[in-house]
This record gives sequence, C-alpha cells and structure tokens, in this order.
Amino acid sequence: MNESTRVRLPIKLWVGVAALLLVAPTLIVVPLSFTNKRSFSFPIEGWSLQWYEHFFTNDRWIGSLISSLWIAVVVGVIATVLGTLAALGLRGLRSRLSGVAQVVMLLPILIPGIVAAIAIFGMYLRWGLSGSPLGIIVAHTTLALPFVLIPVSTALRGFDDTITRAAAVLGAGPVARFLQVQLPILLPGIATGFVFAFVTSLDEVVISYFLQSPTLRTLPVQMYGSVTVETDPSIAAASTLLLVLSTIIILIPRLAQVVNERRAANRRGDSE
Amino acid sequence: MTHISTPGAGLKLRGLVKRYGGTAAVEHVDLDVASGEFLTLLGPSGSGKTTTLSMVAGFTEPTDGSVVIDGQEITKVPPHKRGLGMVFQNYSLFSHLSVRENVEFPLRQRKVAKAERTRRAMEALELVELQGRAEAKPSQLSGGQQQRVALARALVFNPRLLLMDEPFGALDRALRERLQIELRRLHHELGITVVFVTHDQEEALTLSDRIAVFNEGRIEQIGTPRELYEKPASLFVARFIGESNAFTGQVSQGTFVSNAGVRIPTTAPDGASVAIVRPERVQVLDPAVTATQSGLEGRVNDVTYLGAQHRIEVNTDDGPVIIRSDTRLPLAERGARIALSWEATDAAIFPVQEQPIETSNPWTATLAQSTSS
Repeated sequence: MNESTRVRLPIKLWVGVAALLLVAPTLIVVPLSFTNKRSFSFPIEGWSLQWYEHFFTNDRWIGSLISSLWIAVVVGVIATVLGTLAALGLRGLRSRLSGVAQVVMLLPILIPGIVAAIAIFGMYLRWGLSGSPLGIIVAHTTLALPFVLIPVSTALRGFDDTITRAAAVLGAGPVARFLQVQLPILLPGIATGFVFAFVTSLDEVVISYFLQSPTLRTLPVQMYGSVTVETDPSIAAASTLLLVLSTIIILIPRLAQVVNERRAANRRGDSE
Repeated sequence: MTHISTPGAGLKLRGLVKRYGGTAAVEHVDLDVASGEFLTLLGPSGSGKTTTLSMVAGFTEPTDGSVVIDGQEITKVPPHKRGLGMVFQNYSLFSHLSVRENVEFPLRQRKVAKAERTRRAMEALELVELQGRAEAKPSQLSGGQQQRVALARALVFNPRLLLMDEPFGALDRALRERLQIELRRLHHELGITVVFVTHDQEEALTLSDRIAVFNEGRIEQIGTPRELYEKPASLFVARFIGESNAFTGQVSQGTFVSNAGVRIPTTAPDGASVAIVRPERVQVLDPAVTATQSGLEGRVNDVTYLGAQHRIEVNTDDGPVIIRSDTRLPLAERGARIALSWEATDAAIFPVQEQPIETSNPWTATLAQSTSS
C-alpha cells in the first residue's frame, strides 16, 4: 500500500506511455470496425454497425469463427490433459532424463512457425491429414503443449509431497489423493494452462493457413485471406471480436480469483 | 468430554531394516510399544528415527523385518489402509480447504455422513480449542494454531496409534512448551498410543513414558527418561541426554585414572575409557578443609544464578567442569580455588574405541549434539 502510493508522477506517466505504445496499434482497429465507409480511412467520418452485420450474416466469416472456436476448445482440453499428465510425469523422472524430456516438449516454442508449418504440411500431405480438422487440432496441440507444461510444472514445484503423504495416512487412496488434494491445489496452474492453450490455437495463423481447405478455415486464416484479396472493414470487426474474445478468456482466471477472495473475505466476516 | 476413549494400539517392530543402495538408514530395530504408551524416538538427524517412523506409517517399505499393530502384520499394507493418525513437522494442512474441511477429511475418506462429519470435526476442534476458527483457511492461522488443526485432523477419526514427526520443530520455544503440555493432556485424556520423533532431548524427557535413543540406524537404549539419565547404557546416550562432564583416561585393575590423575573405582574392563559425571552430582568442597575423594581441584571460571541452582564453571587439569549446586549452599566466588568431589557410584565409565573423545569443552559438545539437526 505504502509502496504504491509513493510511486511518483513521472513514473506513472512513463508507465502510461509505455502501455499506450504497446496497446495503441491493436486498439486502432476498434474504431475502424465501426466505420460507414467501404475502406480503411482514419479518422472515422460516420459510424455504422454494417461490418458487424456483414460479419455475422456472411457464411465464410461466421463459419470460420465457429471453426476457430471449436478447434480452440478441443485443443485447449487435449493440451491441458496431456500437459498436466506430462508435468506430473516429468516430476517422477530421474533429474537428467526429466531435463531432456522437458526441453523436447518445449521445442515447439523455439521452432519458427513457418518452419514447423512447412514440415507439418509436408507430412500431412503424405498422411492425408491436410485440410482436416483433426490435422489442425493435432498441430495446434503440439504448439499449445508447452503453454500448459510451464504453468503446471511451476505449480508442482511449489507442491509439498508431505501433503500427499498426509492425505494417504488419513485414509485417502490414490484416486482420492489425486482428485481431492493434488488437483484442487494445482487447479490455478492448470486453468492458466488451458487459457493459454486455447488462445494459442485461436490466434495461430501460419499452420492453419497451410492446412486450410475450402470448407475449413479458421478465423485468422479467413482474415488473412480477406486482407489480401478484398479490402473490406469486415476484417476490423473480426479483429475486434478476436481481441475481445482473447482478452475475456485471459481475464477469466484472474476474475475467478477475485471472486473467490471476496467470498473468503465475506466468510471471514461471518465467522468473527 | 464426549470423546469415547478407545484403548491405544500396541505396536511391535521386529528386525526392521531399511537400506538405500549399500548404506543402511535403519539397521535391525526391535521395538515394543505398549497400548496407551507415549514413546519417543530420539536421536540426531540421520540416526534412522524418521525412517523408522516412515516405515510404521507405510511411506517407506522396509528392506527386511516386520511392523505389527495389535498382533496384525501390516508391513505391506499401504498407508491409507493402516488407520493411523499422523502429524508432520510442516503441518501439511490442505491449503484449499477450510479448517473444518481439513478436520473432516479423514471422515470423508471413511464415508461418514455429512452431518455426523461436521459434528465430529467441531468436537475435535473443541479438543484443541480452535472451534472459533472452523471456517478460516489454514493460511490465516499462526503456526501453532495450524499444528493444533493438524492434531485435531489426526485425532478426529479416533485412531488408536498417533505418529508425530517432529511436530513442534518449526515453532518457537514458548509455543512449543505450551503445545507439549497440551499434547500430554490429550494423551492422558484419550489413552491413545503415541510414537513421537524428535531430536530435542529436552522435549523427549518432558513428554515421554519411554524413550528409544537412536544412533547410526540402531537403538542404543530404550528406557524411561529417568533410566536414560541416571543409567545410560552407552557413552552416546550419556552425552546425548542431559548435560554431562566427561573425563578421558584409562581403566586398569578396577580403577579409572583420568589424564589429570583423578581416580574412580570401577568394574569396567581395562583400556581407554571415558567417565561421565552429571553436573548436579558434583560437590564443591573447600580444598583447605577436606582432602577430596576424587583428587580434582580447579579455579572457578564463572557462576550463574539460575533460581533453584547455581551453574558453576570450573577450570581443572582435566578441562572445564560444570557443577549445578543448590543455591542454599554457600556460593563459590569467581576465581576461588575449590575442590570437586562425587560419589564413585555417580560416575558412569564407558570404554572408548579408536577415536578418543575430546573433553576440552563438554558442555558445548553436548549442546552441539542436542541442537544440531
């Protein structure tokens, strides 16, 4: 409390400027999506919701949004389950083996997207997976895995094994120990992992672009296609939607935490 | 108190061995704990006491030997089927559950109905005087309160054997003493069998009916606190329990002679030996008046008033000696020359192998042993 009130004005200003520089380019699409013109012109002269209407009535836009959403959900779930199991497994391994395994699983972050995309595209052509939702889901899951592995591993590092021992000696079998003790304590880390996995899939362009088919396009691919073929402010509406969606998803765990703390504070108030 | 007191379980350890690779953490431990007894496993860190407890709890599988509770062999039974209560040094409360939910946890595992569960949890919390904090989260409690919750959680399902692994190690001295008294009261009220692990000899003396002193994976001696203090079976026990003065020397033909020439009659076998004399058994005499039995004289280095006793440090030819004397006796002045004496029966003499034990500073040596871990 004291520390934060003592932060001086120049520092606050500096933080404000830095934040603005980071966010401004992204935010510029928001007013653009409400223009009544058929082109990207700034400043806006007249306001309209026509591009949102266009977005939600055009099959290609709405179809790609739906594809993106369900693929992201499936990827989020699979990556979360696999990533959590991987983190638990890594912990049980001998230290040298676990180091190697961890680096291998983190590789997708390090490999340039375009390289991964070409490699995956080449393999998928042979396997006949190109253009199928399954192909995109598998590829996205690989990309998203590190984003689950990292937060869950971090949560596990703070996890004290005697807690599990305590649960055991008090009568909890292996399943009860996992469900009633380990899982709830690791839940914040797992939730963070899910959110990042979901957003990773939702935002991914390069691999999805290579793997697209006329019937299967994710929203970012549709946007990319739209911006190169037609200059239509629909893309601004799509960007705004994607922005809002990602932000909400990322904020959910934080909001849940705030709600929980409120509830706990209320409970404390009752008991005293 | 509505608590139904079930008689505590009897515990038998037979030839218990635990080896990690080539090194033995526990080497052939035999132990009988009677129903309702408070038994402490005492020893320095790495002496095997915690590993032994861990084998009783079922976390560690013995390399050899058996664990028997009430006549039933449970050596291979997993921990969740042993029905034991246990308290850990770091409390090990479930941070995502409230205090009440923590205490209900063992009942939930035993499929006790919700209403009954809550009633019994509140009863157990009452036992440790924490019923007012039932809805708090563990993180909102102090260390002492958390450990009391852990105790309530370990007792709520009326286990017949309670295991405690250095439960007060993380608490400050005053709190530790209060909880020790509370634990003694609970032990008397509930009639439960307790196996308690500590490296703190004072704590062991305060709490236990009997103490098993561990050293290098073996039990050196089992006995009541009084037996261990007054009749230590080995030099290790003599030095580990209580304060002691040690004199190095030789036994030959029924007499121990220290390096400085102090003579004590003994039945110990010939060879290099150490004589141990408790500080309160040493008498202070005026050298001008009495020729001393032991023949040891020294100069008073320091005198500390401790209420019931004086603690006197004396520099002698055999090194520093500590004396605890009744404050009603005339006080020895700092710098005065005094003679020291004790009954031959108050000296315990132990043979020593190869390594002679340095006697330069016996009290720091005993202190270092009892506090290091």
